[in-house]
Amino acid sequence: MIRKPSRQLAIDGDLVLKDATKEIARRLDQPTRRAFLQRSLSLGGLSLLSGCSLVDESSVENALMTVSRFNDTVQAWLFDPNRLAPTYPDSMITRPFPFNAYYGEDEIREVDEESYRLEVTGMVADKHAWTLAELRAMPQAEQITRHICVEGWSAIGQWGGVPFADFLRRVGADLSAKYVGFKCADDYYTSIDMPTALHPQTLLTLTYDSQPLPPRYGFPMKLRMPTKLGYKNPKHIQAIFVTNTYPGGYWEDQGYNWFGGS
Amino acid sequence: MANDTNLIHPLWVRLTHWINALAIVILATSGWRIYDASPFFALEIPREITLGGWLGGAIQWHFAAMWLLVGNGLVYLAGNVISVRLWHKFFPLSPRAFFADMLAALKGSLSHADLSHYNMVQRAAYLFVMVDSVLLVLSGLVLWKSVQFPILRELLGGYEAARREHFLAMAALVAFAGIHLLMVALVPRTLLAMIRGR
Repeated sequence: MIRKPSRQLAIDGDLVLKDATKEIARRLDQPTRRAFLQRSLSLGGLSLLSGCSLVDESSVENALMTVSRFNDTVQAWLFDPNRLAPTYPDSMITRPFPFNAYYGEDEIREVDEESYRLEVTGMVADKHAWTLAELRAMPQAEQITRHICVEGWSAIGQWGGVPFADFLRRVGADLSAKYVGFKCADDYYTSIDMPTALHPQTLLTLTYDSQPLPPRYGFPMKLRMPTKLGYKNPKHIQAIFVTNTYPGGYWEDQGYNWFGGS
Repeated sequence: MANDTNLIHPLWVRLTHWINALAIVILATSGWRIYDASPFFALEIPREITLGGWLGGAIQWHFAAMWLLVGNGLVYLAGNVISVRLWHKFFPLSPRAFFADMLAALKGSLSHADLSHYNMVQRAAYLFVMVDSVLLVLSGLVLWKSVQFPILRELLGGYEAARREHFLAMAALVAFAGIHLLMVALVPRTLLAMIRGR
């Protein structure tokens, strides 16, 4: 198959390669996901409906991205900052809780506890780097909630940690800023809207099932949001920044919806 | 609304029909790709007949075409109610007449002389597909925004139940479309009527 040069490959060759490996492992037949429009437009029925096969691929891609941005706006409008995701009893916890990342289980990052520091930058008053001990000293909360993956499956887990709203207030974050961004030790990155960051169930998670968060679930820390899909919940967080500049995300930059709320 | 007595399908019915057909094709084929990311039945949809290429692409198509389905569907339903076409074309419904027409259809003796008149099997099938589409939209809403629509979520039995309902409602719609296309192939004049209006 002849493929046009892909912007994504040029920018992010390594990551796309990792993805490809993962996809092949799942017996998928296409090596890169950027090929999706070629495939979609060669689909018989749709080619007929569009009248010809000469539809400008990038214009279709742009149109779909525009609708995705529109869907961000709709979701922000639908989002009720006080509406809680359902919580469940211990007995309903999914065991074992599934591992999921853009890489396989053999590539899980090990972060050293002693040297670990959480950077906090951007529109915040207090930019000091946090140790795990300092974070554990803050008031903690627990939740048993459903994690919903963009792939469709869901699983119930128990998470504990610092309510993110408390943390943002503690560091003197500008709560009128638009975005909170995350950079992770596994080179993952994502960003969320401020109303979700301040939601009562958004948790700077330090424990899973009442034990320190294991590496497979994102040691030393992940952001847990039962109001967002799994890919919006970053693991192995190293840096948090508050900004008005759209930070994007690992999957979001490839076409996943940015708001990703449920 | 057209007053032309020769008209079988007014323009707004034809337009909403074809827009709906386009939306359904996009939603079904992209939905199959989304389903394949995490199948819950011992069934995987062949990749060749899915739309989007990868999960993210399929989701983009799906969540764009949903507006087409909902917007067009609302226009169609509103048009049906305002023009009282809904009551004239689809009612009354009689189970006895339904079975009689079904039997006649299977024998190949059902009359198609007047395409503007829907037989009982058609009435039941078209009403079913309207209700099924509403179920598809509602279960889809729970899948998209399960936290934001708690009453709807609980009515449908929760997120995981809604996934299966969405899939089964899709399967029913695809089954309808298959039979619908077969019927059109048997009585090709109906296709002309849906294009030209007469």
